[in-house]
Amino acid sequence: MKAVVTVTGTDRKGIIAQVSAFLCEKEINILDISQTIMGDQFAMIMLVDASECKEDLATLSAEVAEMGKRIGMSVRLQHEDIFNAMHTV
Amino acid sequence: MLNTTDVIETIEMIEKEHLDIRTVTMGISLLPCIRESAEETAQAVYERVVKGAEKLVPTAEQLSREYGIPIVNKRVSVTPVSLITAAFPEKSALVALALDRAADTLGIDFLGGYSALVHKATADYEKAFLSTIPEALASTQKLCASVNVGSSRSGINMDAVKRVGELIKETASLTKDGLGCAKFVAFCNAVEDNPFMAGAFHGVGEADCVINVGVSGPGVVQHALSFVPEADLTEAAELIKRTAFKITRAGQLVAKEAARRLGVPFGVVDLSLAPTPARGDSVAHILEELGLEVVGGHGTTAALAMLNDAVKKGGVMASSRVGGLSGAFIPVSEDIGMIEAAERGAISIDKLEAMTCVCSVGLDMIAVPGDTPASTISAMLADEAAIGMVNNKTTAVRIIPAPGKKVGDTVNFGGLLGRAPVLPVHTGSAEKFISRGGILPAPIHSFKN
Repeated sequence: MKAVVTVTGTDRKGIIAQVSAFLCEKEINILDISQTIMGDQFAMIMLVDASECKEDLATLSAEVAEMGKRIGMSVRLQHEDIFNAMHTV
Repeated sequence: MLNTTDVIETIEMIEKEHLDIRTVTMGISLLPCIRESAEETAQAVYERVVKGAEKLVPTAEQLSREYGIPIVNKRVSVTPVSLITAAFPEKSALVALALDRAADTLGIDFLGGYSALVHKATADYEKAFLSTIPEALASTQKLCASVNVGSSRSGINMDAVKRVGELIKETASLTKDGLGCAKFVAFCNAVEDNPFMAGAFHGVGEADCVINVGVSGPGVVQHALSFVPEADLTEAAELIKRTAFKITRAGQLVAKEAARRLGVPFGVVDLSLAPTPARGDSVAHILEELGLEVVGGHGTTAALAMLNDAVKKGGVMASSRVGGLSGAFIPVSEDIGMIEAAERGAISIDKLEAMTCVCSVGLDMIAVPGDTPASTISAMLADEAAIGMVNNKTTAVRIIPAPGKKVGDTVNFGGLLGRAPVLPVHTGSAEKFISRGGILPAPIHSFKN
């Protein structure tokens, strides 16, 4: 099952490393990454495959938000369908 | 890969512009619950609702976390209770208590369907049932009641209109600040698949059990319009359509998935713009974004007509099945823009009535002086019902004659129900007109066969 991870917050060193390490630990594979800096703001969008992850998406989503708090960023994980539904006909 | 702009737009809609799924409502037929006695029926109703909707709240919460979109309310609607208790109508309150207990057990927010459909005539059992409504609303927390008093096909049952005015006054007197009236709505052309409260009930033409979803997102529409301050109204309507499409697609996704996981049919998506008292979640502010200094002034009806139409056109394209009330709601106490306009004296009941000609649904969550006569409330309902009947649309009245309050006072309901400045009503009596009773005949254009 594919999900979208979004990471936003003030830019600093090591954000991608921390987020990727967390995803790896959860057996989540990163399929695509898009990352940019706007002013001092960091913004990253990842498409990930969570089919090997042992937890269900709702639990995982809560854990991702928790991890975000720990590293001082706003991090969300959402089922990709919400984006597909809203932006494709 | 997903488009970055699209992803960020969705997240901003949810986090900054109050995009949410307003309600996932499960409709449950109570027809199989009819037993010989009221006590047995109440027990059967409790068991059926609790069993039928046992997974509703956890499933909605799970979906909310997976998709990262809030689902604000989880609700149940049931078959109009007057039909279930027709053999012992004076004991209908037992079913009311059972339903409220079921709502509590399930952890849902509201349960609708303590209702009677009397648009052509009030049968004896319905007369007895109607008399139980004020006490039922005063003795329950989550139960909502509704009465359908007219339709384009049958005309308006003016005896029922008269009775509803009395019931609203009685309900107000039994509950603090008349709060019970917030859970009671009278309709013309009530729909059978409405997921919104207080008027949700599960029609007899519906499946055994069904999932209906109501979407929301006035903040999203206002935000989108704020980027095009110079656009003409054709362009603005297009933008609203595109935005409504996105909002509705989120609702359609949740509705289909909720229905699949709960193992019940998907019913409809109700394409409504439902405001809340939160800033940035107001239908009134959309109208002001379109160029009105304050909602309630001249131009308001035209702006609302355009908004309502654009929401439907965008939404219909986004959903496989559309139903319910589908349009912009204009509840006064539940919309910060409406509240502020009312406090400034910028919006009147007359203007609100005019607005209901072009949107869903009616005079909604309006506080009026506590000494407003029942006949005046009935007359307001008659006016609204006439608009609905002649224009083939649903109209409704949810009005609160707040005991002891007068014009200039404010009634605080709290939470999503918000606060309502008490609006003046016309003082010319309608007593004689209302006491005539009878049927206000259906318009000639209703005879289409």
